[in-house]
Amino acid sequence: MDYAAVVFLEILYMIAFLALTSAGLAVVFGMMRVINLAHGEFVMIGGYVTIAATRAGVDIFFSMLVLSPLVVGLLGLVVERIVIRHLYGRMIDTMLATWGLSLLMVGLVTLIFGNTAVSVTAPIQSYQVGAYQMGGYNLFIIAVAILLMIALWLVLRYTRLGLVARGAMQNADVASSLGYNPQKIYMWTFTAGAALSGLAGGVMAPLTGLLPSSGSLYIAKSFITVITGGAAIISGTLASSIIFGTVDQIVSFGSTPVIGEIVMLALAIIVLRLMPQGITGRFFKNST
Amino acid sequence: MSYSRRRFIASASGVAAGTALPFMQALAQGATIKLGSVLDNSGNLDAYGKPMVLATTLAAEEINAAGGLLGRKIQVVQYDTQSDIALYTKYAQQLARDDKVDVAHGGITSASREAIRQTFKRANVLYFYNVLYEGGVCDRNCFVTGTTPAQAVEPIVEIAQKQWGKKVYVLAADYNYGQITAKWVAHYVNQRGGSTLQTDFFPLDVADFGSTIAKIQAAKPDSVCAALVGGAHLSFFRQWAASGMNKKIPLFSTTFGVGNEHLALSAAEGDGILIAGNYSQEETTPANKDFLARWAKRFGDTKIVHEIAVSQYQGIKLWAEAVKKAGSLDREKLIKALESGISVEGPAGLVTMDPKTHHAALDIKVMEVKGQKLTIKQSFKQRPPSDTAASCNLEKNPNENKQFEVTI
Repeated sequence: MDYAAVVFLEILYMIAFLALTSAGLAVVFGMMRVINLAHGEFVMIGGYVTIAATRAGVDIFFSMLVLSPLVVGLLGLVVERIVIRHLYGRMIDTMLATWGLSLLMVGLVTLIFGNTAVSVTAPIQSYQVGAYQMGGYNLFIIAVAILLMIALWLVLRYTRLGLVARGAMQNADVASSLGYNPQKIYMWTFTAGAALSGLAGGVMAPLTGLLPSSGSLYIAKSFITVITGGAAIISGTLASSIIFGTVDQIVSFGSTPVIGEIVMLALAIIVLRLMPQGITGRFFKNST
Repeated sequence: MSYSRRRFIASASGVAAGTALPFMQALAQGATIKLGSVLDNSGNLDAYGKPMVLATTLAAEEINAAGGLLGRKIQVVQYDTQSDIALYTKYAQQLARDDKVDVAHGGITSASREAIRQTFKRANVLYFYNVLYEGGVCDRNCFVTGTTPAQAVEPIVEIAQKQWGKKVYVLAADYNYGQITAKWVAHYVNQRGGSTLQTDFFPLDVADFGSTIAKIQAAKPDSVCAALVGGAHLSFFRQWAASGMNKKIPLFSTTFGVGNEHLALSAAEGDGILIAGNYSQEETTPANKDFLARWAKRFGDTKIVHEIAVSQYQGIKLWAEAVKKAGSLDREKLIKALESGISVEGPAGLVTMDPKTHHAALDIKVMEVKGQKLTIKQSFKQRPPSDTAASCNLEKNPNENKQFEVTI
């Protein structure tokens, strides 16, 4: 019974991990159809910001929840102004540009922090589930993921900002004729996506530690989650996070984490073969 | 365009100069002894490689300061393999064919050693592997100065069984080092009437150990053995401590400390982990204190000095001793000198080359991680590489070229 609870908590954690690390990509890809291959590096830089700030004496929660999103958001803003805005509607070119960008960022971080694993200690104590000890920090990650999803949903659904953003994404010309500047909306959307990636990086940093190449750890899983989720940002990300997180952990517990990842990738191929438009292309069509 | 006499003379002299150049290079080569080195100075494994590169520099500079070898200076040719196996093969070829080095030291993971060992053997370049590993390499051209399971794993399994109990859960890196070491752990555990409850293998990039930690708790072992490798695997120790398990189930490791893991973790995360190996900075021998002082003078920070940096240093010193003894750089003469029971006193104690296996007998210390330091709890003098010796005899079968594994 305790063991079942432990497995359940680990599944929840994996779902939260996927949802958290994919949210930034989902916003950028889902709303703007921009494939950001530097997404993993945004996450990685978010992590480095948290580690650097914590080491400099800043409170760790402030670092990960405020500083990381802020810094990476600003970075996203700069990237959008310099690179991305010239490439809207040119998918292949964007992929190439963001890939180059990811290499540049890995290089820069290596230059600054060195190509060595760095980390901070998780700030939350462990707790007891029956006979089992669990990392308390995992619960924090689950909580952050839930709050993030709710906040994202409220903003997109109930605020004027969300309405305008969704409108511009659906039809930029109409939004423009109603007096909104699509360029500006794109700019802020990309910035918000980057900030979400930074948040994910900051929150994950104490758990996994970081290398400049850590971005590759996130990018594959994020892409699979977002593409499989389909066009709807929140319900899509949630649906695929739940499916993949559950399958990955159940298989991991039954065999090894390696087999868990293989099964997850195989499942993604099957789902996309059956539903090329992603899960929300078939179900929950009118959701956000 | 007409081909004038003047042009012909110009081009012909160019050709002549071009063909003369290799001779001049050969002359220049006579001036220095080339020591080739392939190590990961960056990437996932750089925590291992960086101090090894510095140790190589230090050893060569010290030999040169003392007058060099055979009246010639040593020149180190070091290539950074960037934690990439493909680069190992490439640079080993380059060292053997282009740089024509007189000796090669290097390789960190067992995968990298196996990628370059045959290249050096074919090219008749004497090769030193200076890292702890899973044992069993039987190759006349290859000399090993790192520990093998019989030297470092057996004593720690012995202590773990006595102190904590019979049931062990093994976590190991998923390549030849982890696979074979896990077998040795099981072998030594079984020998003492214990059992391994389960063995899990992890590729080097796995950084999430949540499900594993829960599985360990469900299996309820008396102790956990970690043969994990590299920066990503460091997450295990962090997550193990974050779940509070470091206070509940004791942990011993065959690799911890070798990459200065105890410095990357906080004291609270690392305390209590038991390890065994050739070297600890806490060693109070004059040889070690002296070595650390020289390191500090040359590079400043001694915190990064770890076991395999010392092994690399000792390996180069052992080779230098053999060159002096043989009075030559000829490979056959050097092998004879190395097979003469030759030894050097290094920072980690006496290193004695065993002629039968081409492995070294070493002093072994059992250590506990305490306050980001490796405190020595128990020492064993001159443990022989008996695992490899059980199947490898290069005096009898000099043409042997394989790696023996334990069968359970």
